[in-house]
Amino acid sequence: MSTERVLDVSKLPTYAYGNRSLMWWGTWGMILIEGTVFVIALVTYYYLRDFSQTWPPEGDPPRLLFGTLNLVILLASGWPNQWAKKAAEREDLRAVRIWLVVGLLFSVAFIVVRGFEFPALNTHYDANAYGSVVYMILILHTVHLVTDTVDTLVLTVLMFTGPLEGRRFVDVAENSLYWWFVVLSWIPIYCTLYLAPRML
Amino acid sequence: MSYPEENEAALHRTWSERPGWLGWLMAVNHRTIAKRYLVTTLLFFVAAGIMALLMRLQLARPENTFLDTDRYSQLFSMHGSVMMFLFAVPIMEAVGVYLVPLMVGARNIAFPRLNAFSYWIFLFGGLMFFAAFLLNTGPEAGWFSYVPLAGPDYSPGKRTDFWAQLITFTELSALVVSIEIIVTALKMRAPGMSLDRIPLLVWAEVVTAFMVIFAMPAVMLSSTFLITDRLVSTHFYNPAGGGDPLLWQHLFWFFGHPEVYIIFVPALGMISQIIPTFARRPVVGYLGLVMALVITAFLAFGLWVHHMFATGLPPLGMSFFTAASILIAIPTGLQIFCWIATLATGGQVRFATPLLFVIGFFFTFIIGGLTGVWLGSTTLDSQLHDTYFVVAHLHYVLIGGAIMPLFGAFYFWFPKVTGRLLSESLGKWNFWLFFIGFHVTFFPMHALGLDGMTRRIYTYGADRGWQELNLVATVGAFILAISVLVFIVNVIVSLRRGALAGDNPWNASTLEWATRSPPPPYNFQFIPVVESRDPLWQKGERRHVVGLSNEVRSVLITAIHDAQPDHTTTFPSPSLWPLLSALATTGLFVGSIFTPWAVLWGSIPVAVGLIGWFWPSHRETEINRRLEIKPESPAR
Repeated sequence: MSTERVLDVSKLPTYAYGNRSLMWWGTWGMILIEGTVFVIALVTYYYLRDFSQTWPPEGDPPRLLFGTLNLVILLASGWPNQWAKKAAEREDLRAVRIWLVVGLLFSVAFIVVRGFEFPALNTHYDANAYGSVVYMILILHTVHLVTDTVDTLVLTVLMFTGPLEGRRFVDVAENSLYWWFVVLSWIPIYCTLYLAPRML
Repeated sequence: MSYPEENEAALHRTWSERPGWLGWLMAVNHRTIAKRYLVTTLLFFVAAGIMALLMRLQLARPENTFLDTDRYSQLFSMHGSVMMFLFAVPIMEAVGVYLVPLMVGARNIAFPRLNAFSYWIFLFGGLMFFAAFLLNTGPEAGWFSYVPLAGPDYSPGKRTDFWAQLITFTELSALVVSIEIIVTALKMRAPGMSLDRIPLLVWAEVVTAFMVIFAMPAVMLSSTFLITDRLVSTHFYNPAGGGDPLLWQHLFWFFGHPEVYIIFVPALGMISQIIPTFARRPVVGYLGLVMALVITAFLAFGLWVHHMFATGLPPLGMSFFTAASILIAIPTGLQIFCWIATLATGGQVRFATPLLFVIGFFFTFIIGGLTGVWLGSTTLDSQLHDTYFVVAHLHYVLIGGAIMPLFGAFYFWFPKVTGRLLSESLGKWNFWLFFIGFHVTFFPMHALGLDGMTRRIYTYGADRGWQELNLVATVGAFILAISVLVFIVNVIVSLRRGALAGDNPWNASTLEWATRSPPPPYNFQFIPVVESRDPLWQKGERRHVVGLSNEVRSVLITAIHDAQPDHTTTFPSPSLWPLLSALATTGLFVGSIFTPWAVLWGSIPVAVGLIGWFWPSHRETEINRRLEIKPESPAR
């Protein structure tokens, strides 16, 4: 066969970062789906608010302390998360290990404080529709948080034990992208659960 | 052996499924999974069709006692739920799972193990639903389960809970398939297949996948609200607790209306492949057709309230949704004119069975579209709401708009899937019985609806004067059933004795016809290079790709806009983990119907399954490391 009629791809890299990789697209697919879930849950919150004379219908709004503490922890976790991503893109295994472990410590701290958040909501899921939607939103976010913490834990163990190849660094980078989704989705949720009942 | 033969043998070794029953459970090839989807969805279709026949028998004469009201309620709820969630949406996605990788020149679908997982989840959800029905725990509040009828007060027991979990199963499976289809179509196209050369069916599947991503979370969440209202006394839909029953209708139809287009848009893509093939010319108005698909998808999200015109919403909102509903006739009309222009300006048109079904579509769908414009008007809708007029309309648009093209697609792509053509003479019988049976069944329902016959009633009085038309509809339903039987006979006979198809029996222009029928496990021995919109109609020798490893499942990843080669990657081998993860997930979903603790404890086996799935093997990692070429500049 003549050389002009073929396209040789044997010298191309066998993996790539960012929007060149399939993992990036798959992760964004998950973010779109779950982002839509959060948006619909928040819309439900504001929809139900229209059916009540006062908001919350009874009792006080959620106590600010633990939710705000978690906002700080989550935003702070952005640093180790981003450094883990950068280290993965440099394929610097030592730095990847360090920043993944630091990131995990933030996640665990967040989950512990989340345990104090539920009792501080000043409502209960079977009290009224307000309580139902507040619990549902907080549980949805917690599920994402725990899932990504487990993901990160598995990746971290893999980074220490192997087997490793270049493509695994792409997994670390895309895991960081997903963590950003968990972090940034908390901002509108925090504003809704904690600030909306006080300000609106 | 010459190089091509050696290459082919190596590809065969690398890409084949494992042998034996264990290999069957580990399959990850997109065509294997798609064929399972197709067979399973068609079995569900036949089951739901038999339920429709039972209902038609009950309604054939007034005051009939063939079915009681409870059984009848379960039957119509099952019929609608199965047709929508277990047949129409998944079969349209199954066609995409089969054809999208072939049409873009890829060796498998993106995320093949996720694809296997999606099938198992779909299968287990469907089996759970039918098992519940056979144990007299079928759904009873219609396929849309309106509250308060579906709430804890009026639907005690577990019936509606099984319905709500069916939603979770089927939507999970549809959502992950959507991601696979989008990523395959955007990143795995053959070199040179720029955005403006993507086959229209692939565009349709991509648009559909995006609609799934934005529509299905609404129903997953609303059915979760429903099940928690029922099981742990939340108050989302309970007005006494500050909730609102109409919230259900808003969330359900925010999903439910796009759902109709999720079923219909792939059918438009099928038509756009079939028509140019038989008209022997490139499709007229390619860009317009793509834009029409995209516009239809956007508009589909602005229509949901037209299902709620009878609920007393503000008049301004009504006007908006009336306008949006009527607006959607514009992109649909544009497509129909493009197709007519293609047929009118092409060569000698060959009226084979696939094209007959497409012409059946034109006739039927246009009637359904016109009654849709009527129903889009609030004033008329208030009169016709919840009558058989709506039943007629929705079957005209769904069967006419989606199922007729789907049957055309069966006839069109069956030779590619099996290597043999379906019989044309049985195909003609199949079509004419279907077409006549359909109109005999559903046309009288317009009149019944105008005459005030409401939906979902299990019988009617002899004094209403509805019996003749109902009897006609029942006769039509049996003609339809015979047509489907002819189709099944045609499939069974043609699988054994059908004419051998060869690579390209219709002389079509897209890449799936460039490979053998049925395609080998790696789809293409050499990935083609695409230089036009209709690559197989192009004169001269075609270019192709060399240099992909045949030692591992190596695939080519290309750039999103112009499909220039970007990098290669290795796809996963067959695995049992998707099945195990699906079993664990099924345990969680079914368990949660009985106790909320199942969500907590059930998540442990799910996590184990997913970790086992992700954890790389030493052997494969070693091979990958040996073949590894690092990206030029990893840190961007």
